[in-house]
Amino acid sequence: MYNKTAVIAGIVAFLVICSSPFWCGFSSDSYKKPEIVTQKDKNKECVEDVAFMRAEHMQLLNEWRDQALRNGSRVYVNAKGKKFDISLQNTCLKCHNNYEEFCDKCHKTNNVEPYCWTCHILPKGSK
Amino acid sequence: MKKNRRSFLKVAGLSVFALSSGLGSLAGEAKADVAPGKYEAEPLGRKPLAAKRWAMVIDTRKFKSADDYKPLIDACHKEHNVPRIRGAQNAEGHDDQEIKWLWLDKFDHAFPDEMNEYLTPKIKAQVFPMLCNHCTNPPCVRVCPTQATYKLPNGIVTMDYHRCIGCRFCMAGCPYGARSFNFVDPRKYLPEQVPNPKFPTRMIGVVEKCTFCVERLDKGMMPACVEASGGRILFGDLEDPNSVVRKALAENFTIRRKPSLGTQPGVYYII
Repeated sequence: MYNKTAVIAGIVAFLVICSSPFWCGFSSDSYKKPEIVTQKDKNKECVEDVAFMRAEHMQLLNEWRDQALRNGSRVYVNAKGKKFDISLQNTCLKCHNNYEEFCDKCHKTNNVEPYCWTCHILPKGSK
Repeated sequence: MKKNRRSFLKVAGLSVFALSSGLGSLAGEAKADVAPGKYEAEPLGRKPLAAKRWAMVIDTRKFKSADDYKPLIDACHKEHNVPRIRGAQNAEGHDDQEIKWLWLDKFDHAFPDEMNEYLTPKIKAQVFPMLCNHCTNPPCVRVCPTQATYKLPNGIVTMDYHRCIGCRFCMAGCPYGARSFNFVDPRKYLPEQVPNPKFPTRMIGVVEKCTFCVERLDKGMMPACVEASGGRILFGDLEDPNSVVRKALAENFTIRRKPSLGTQPGVYYII
């Protein structure tokens, strides 16, 4: 093998650089779930259960949009048979009215920037 | 390792089969509904207004001047948080970038197919309201590359702003100038407290237009302009012979904008 030292050094450097996120991750703090304020009234139940909403709310919102806009189905009947008006602005945000402590906190922690609020009006009623 | 043509083709064929079958099932999964619940059209409390083909008849004889149309335009633009860019105080030279859902113009601009040289002074002086015609053959829907603009089974041509990429093909396609592009952030021209907090605004870079108030119809309400017109604008099912619009069309001579283009507009004018 020609240039043995250079090749091996290169491979080692490559592996170190590629795996560096893992090494950095080991040394830093573990991921903490952000402490969000879900809503004021703790007795109220969301459209679906918490685990589903946490994992799938974005897909649910997409589905709601398509159903409402393209099929004219503007009511969602959840697994328990309860009915909800399909509207991010007028249904979801009625309960989840603390944008900074609910939406924003989790989105920031997870480094996602959904642009819902360029069009949809935030709960405080202003743009 | 030696490969001949025969063994290569075998492996390639198998791989293509495996990949395509796998991808096919994945695509099916992606389209399936994620929500465990069901969807219904019946709104909470009110019955939705339904029709096979919504249409509008505007009795322009009952409007005397532009001021008569102003409450209608205000009602529409308030309902949908349409900003007033033309002549706005904080304008930055955006006068030609106005957003309009319902607007006014002179007879020869509204109906260029009517080529009579000598019109009555009354018609000459009159202004006519214009809005999206919700065509039976909408050119805007045909040219939209993302299906952001689409026609509903009830004849309404509407939009999903989430999908609009702002290419403005629809604006080039629409022969009625019914579409407006958001050259600037519309929220800059809306008050801090938007006129209708129940309805979204739009963002910079999307096209918008009149939607025949599809969201109001689904909740059992008539369009905002029809409600504000006090019976001077009729709205109903074009395919129902007993509907108000069909009765109005049977009793009055009506014209439509640029009918020669074959788009079959759904807005009729009693002149």
